[in-house]
Amino acid sequence: MNTVIFRTLAPFLTALMLLFSVFVLLRGHNEPGGGFIGGLIAASALAIYGIARGIRPVREALWFHPMTIAAFGLLLACIAGLVSMLAAVPFMTGLWIYPSLFGVEVPLSTVMLFDFGVYLVVVGAVTSIALALEREDI
Amino acid sequence: MQTEKMAMTFIAFCLPFLGALAAPFLTRVLGHRAAWPLSLFPAAIFLHFWRFLPEVSAGEVVTGGYAWVPAYNVSFSWLVDGLSLAFLLLISGIGTLIVLYSGGYLKGHPHQGRFFSFILMFMGAMLGLVASDSFLMLFVFWELTSITSFLLIGFDHGREASRRAALQALVVTGGGGLFLLAGLLVLWNVTGVTQLSLLLSFGEEVRASSFYAAILVLVLGGAFTKSAQFPFHFWLPNAMEAPTPVSAYLHSATMVKAGVYLLMRLNPVLGGTTPWETILPAFGGLTLLVGGVLAIRQTDLKLMLAYTTVASLGLLVMLTGFGSQHAAAAAALYLVAHSLFKGALFMVAGLIDHETGTRHITRLGGLARLMPVTFAAALLAALSMGGLPPFFGFLAKEEVYAALEGGSLRAIAFTLAAVIGNAMMFAVAFAVALKPFLGPRVETPKAPHEGPLLLWLGPVVLALLGLGAGLFSGLVHPMVSSPLATAIAGEPETVTISAMPHASLPLLLSVVTVALGIAVFLLLERARAAAGRLVEDIGWGPDRGFDQVMTGLVRVSHRLARLLQPGLMEAYLTTTFVVVALALLVPLALYGEWPRLPIWPADAQFHEIAVMALALAGVFGVLSAKNRLNAILALGIQGFAVALLFLLFGAPDLSFTQFMVETLSVVILALVMTRLHLQPRDARPLGQKLPDAAVAIACGLGFSLYLLKVTQGRFDPVLTEFFDLYSKAIAHGANVVNVIIVDFRGTDTLGEIAVVMTTGLAILSLIRIRKGSAAAAGPAGGPSAQAVKEEQQP
Repeated sequence: MNTVIFRTLAPFLTALMLLFSVFVLLRGHNEPGGGFIGGLIAASALAIYGIARGIRPVREALWFHPMTIAAFGLLLACIAGLVSMLAAVPFMTGLWIYPSLFGVEVPLSTVMLFDFGVYLVVVGAVTSIALALEREDI
Repeated sequence: MQTEKMAMTFIAFCLPFLGALAAPFLTRVLGHRAAWPLSLFPAAIFLHFWRFLPEVSAGEVVTGGYAWVPAYNVSFSWLVDGLSLAFLLLISGIGTLIVLYSGGYLKGHPHQGRFFSFILMFMGAMLGLVASDSFLMLFVFWELTSITSFLLIGFDHGREASRRAALQALVVTGGGGLFLLAGLLVLWNVTGVTQLSLLLSFGEEVRASSFYAAILVLVLGGAFTKSAQFPFHFWLPNAMEAPTPVSAYLHSATMVKAGVYLLMRLNPVLGGTTPWETILPAFGGLTLLVGGVLAIRQTDLKLMLAYTTVASLGLLVMLTGFGSQHAAAAAALYLVAHSLFKGALFMVAGLIDHETGTRHITRLGGLARLMPVTFAAALLAALSMGGLPPFFGFLAKEEVYAALEGGSLRAIAFTLAAVIGNAMMFAVAFAVALKPFLGPRVETPKAPHEGPLLLWLGPVVLALLGLGAGLFSGLVHPMVSSPLATAIAGEPETVTISAMPHASLPLLLSVVTVALGIAVFLLLERARAAAGRLVEDIGWGPDRGFDQVMTGLVRVSHRLARLLQPGLMEAYLTTTFVVVALALLVPLALYGEWPRLPIWPADAQFHEIAVMALALAGVFGVLSAKNRLNAILALGIQGFAVALLFLLFGAPDLSFTQFMVETLSVVILALVMTRLHLQPRDARPLGQKLPDAAVAIACGLGFSLYLLKVTQGRFDPVLTEFFDLYSKAIAHGANVVNVIIVDFRGTDTLGEIAVVMTTGLAILSLIRIRKGSAAAAGPAGGPSAQAVKEEQQP
C-alpha cells in the first residue's frame, strides 16, 4: 500500500471524495444519497488519507477531534428539531424557507440541517474509530 | 387578569430553581450574606400565594396550567385548595427562614453556595409536589424531592455515615415513589382522568373498583415510605446526618409530610372504607408509639427530635385514616402546629450545636444565661409541642382527643395510644428545651454565647407564630384551618376550637397527658435506660434489615453479572447467533410456514448470474483462505456482489450504503487485526470449528427461508402508496428513502445517530484502555505510549 503512486494520489482522491460526499449529502433529498451515505464516503476519504500518510496529518487536517465533530453533528440535529418548537409546531416538524440567492431560489430547511447533523455524526464517529485503530507506523 | 395570575403562579414555581442557579454566584460574591438576597426568592413565593387566601378561604379551588403532552392528556397543571395552600405557605414561609438560618449555620463553609442551591431546588420540588394537579407532575416532583433530599443528606459527603444515610433515604423514598407511580397509573386506568381535581369526583368508582386493594397498597407504599411510617421509619433518624437546616426543613416541616399530604389529598377518594380506616390508624398508631419510645432512648438532641417527628407523622396518618367527625380538623391543626414547633426546635438544636460544639443532652447545661434568646424560642416551641394553652399545639391536641373520643373499643385503644405518645413527646420536648439551659453549667467543647441574628431569627419567628396562632385562633381558623380540614375531609368543615379551656373529655385527657408527660420527664434517665434495654433486647431492627437487603442485592447482581457477562467474545457471538437462528427457524417450524421451493427464473440475465457467482466466489474465498487478511478481503468481495444485486434490482440507496459499509468494514477489520496482533492464521482445531459452522449455516438458512417466505407472501402496498403520495407533497423530497430517514421518521434517526455517537465513544475508550495497559506492560509498549500522547493532543 505504501507506494509512491498511492501516496501522491491520496490527497487528490481524498479531496475529490470529500467534495463528492457533500454532493451526495445535498442531492439526497431528491435522488439517491443523504447524510448517512455522505458521511460514510467522507469517512472512507479520510481513511484513505490516513492509510497513505499516517494519522498525524489526518488529525492536523481535521483540526478538531473527530468525536467533537460527531458531537457537533448531534447538536445540529437536535437544534434542527428544536427550531420547529420555536415556530410553535411539534418537535422535528420540517420547516422550509426559499430565499433567493443571486436570482436563484434556494430551498433551505431544518430537514437539511438535520441531515447535515447525521453526516457529521457518521463522519466523526467512524473516523475516530478508524484513527484510533490505525498504528502510527503505517 | 386571570392569565396574568396564571403566569405569575407559573413563575412562582420556577423561582426556586432560578434561585438555585443564582446561589453559587451570589455566595461567591457575598459570602454567607448571600442568604439575605436568596431569602427573597421564597419570600416572594410566600407573598404570591398569600394573595390566594381570600379566594381559597371562601371555598374556591384555584386551578391553572398548561398542556404538556395533549395527546396523552398530560398537563403541567396545579390545584390550589385549602390543603395545597397551607402546604405552599408553610414551605415558602419556613423556607425563607431556613435560607436565612443556613446563612448563619454554614457560614464560611467552602460549599455554602452549593448548599443554598440544593435547598432551593428542594423547595421548588416540594412546592410543585403539593400544588400538582396532574398525576405525572405529582410523581415527577415526588421523585425530585427524593433526589434533592439525597443531595442534602449527603452534603457532607466526606463521611461514610452521611453517604450511607443519603443512599438509604433515596432507596427507601425513591423506591416508594415507584409504588406511587404504579398506583397513579392504576387510578388513571380505573377512572380515565389524569388530574387530581377531576379524580375527586370519581371516589365512588374507585372505591367500588376491583382494583381498589391494589391502588390502596401502592399508594400506601409511596406514602408510608415518604412519611417514615413503621416499618420504614428507620431512614428518617439516619437522615439527621444532614446539616441541621436540612433536618429542620426537610425532615420535620416539609418533605416527610409529603406522604401525609398524599393521604390527605386522596382521603376523599380512597377513604371511608374499612381497609383505609383499619390500615392507616393501625400503622399510624404503631409508628406513634415506636417513635415515642425510640425518642426517649436517645441522648442526641437531633435524634430525640427526629424520633418525635416519626411519632408525629404516625399521629397524622392515624388521624387521616380515623374517619371520625373531628379527625380532619385535628389532622389539619396538628399538621400546621407540628411544622411550626418542630421546625423551631430543630433550629434550636442546631443553634446549640453550633455554639457549644455538642448536642449531647448529657453534656449540656446552664446555657439559659448565655443564650437567653435561644432559650426563649426553645421554651415557646416546647410549650406548643407539649400542648399547653394558649399555644397552637394545645388546640391541635384538644381536637385530636375530640376526634378520637368514643365508646367503642377502637376509639379507646387509639385514645390510649395518643395519650401515651403525646406524653412521651411532651417529655422529649421539655428535655430538649430545658435540660441544656437549666441546671449547673457544664463544660462544652466551644465557649457558648448567643448566636447571631441569622441563627436565632428562624426559631424565634416560628415559636412566636405558634403562640400567635393559638391566641388569635378566631382569625387563623377561617383562613387556614377550615379550608385545610375541608380539603382533607372532602366536605365542608368548620374548625372552631379556641384556647379558652372548657370542661370536656378532651381537656381531661390533656391533663392526663401533661401529668404523664411530667412523670416521664422527671424519670427521663430511668425511662431512657429502660427504652434502651428494650431496643437492645429486640436486637434486629429494620435499619439492619436494610443493610442485609442491600448486601444481598449487591451479591445477587454480582453473581448474575458474572454469569451473563463472562467476558468471552466467543461466548457472546455464539449466543447472539444461536438466538438469531432460533428466532428465525423456530416460528417457521412451529407454524408450518415453510416457503415453497423457488423455481429457477426463466428470464435470468447473464450479468445477474455473474454477480451471484461473484458472491458465491467471495464466500468460498472466506472459507478457503489460509490467512485472515485474505478472508477479510474475500468477505468484502461477497459484500460488493450483494451491493451490485441491490443496484440491479432497484435499491440504489441501499446499494450505495452497502458499498460504503463494505469498504469501511474491510479497512476497519484489517486495522483491528493488526492492532490486536491476531495470529494471521486461524489455528483452531476442527472440533471447535464445526459447532461454529453449524451455527453459521443455521443462521444463513434461517435468513434465506425467511426472505423467501416474505417475498412469496402477498405484498401490501399501503405504505408504498402513502410515501409516494406524500413524500413530495408534504416533505418536499422525491427520494422516499431519505425523506423517511430525515423527516417522516426523523426522531428515530435522532436516536440512531445518538447511538452511533455513543458506540464511537465506547469503542474509543476500549481502544485507549488497551493502549494504556500496553504502555504499562513495559518497553514493548513504547510505540503505544507515544500513540496515547498523540491521541490526547487534539
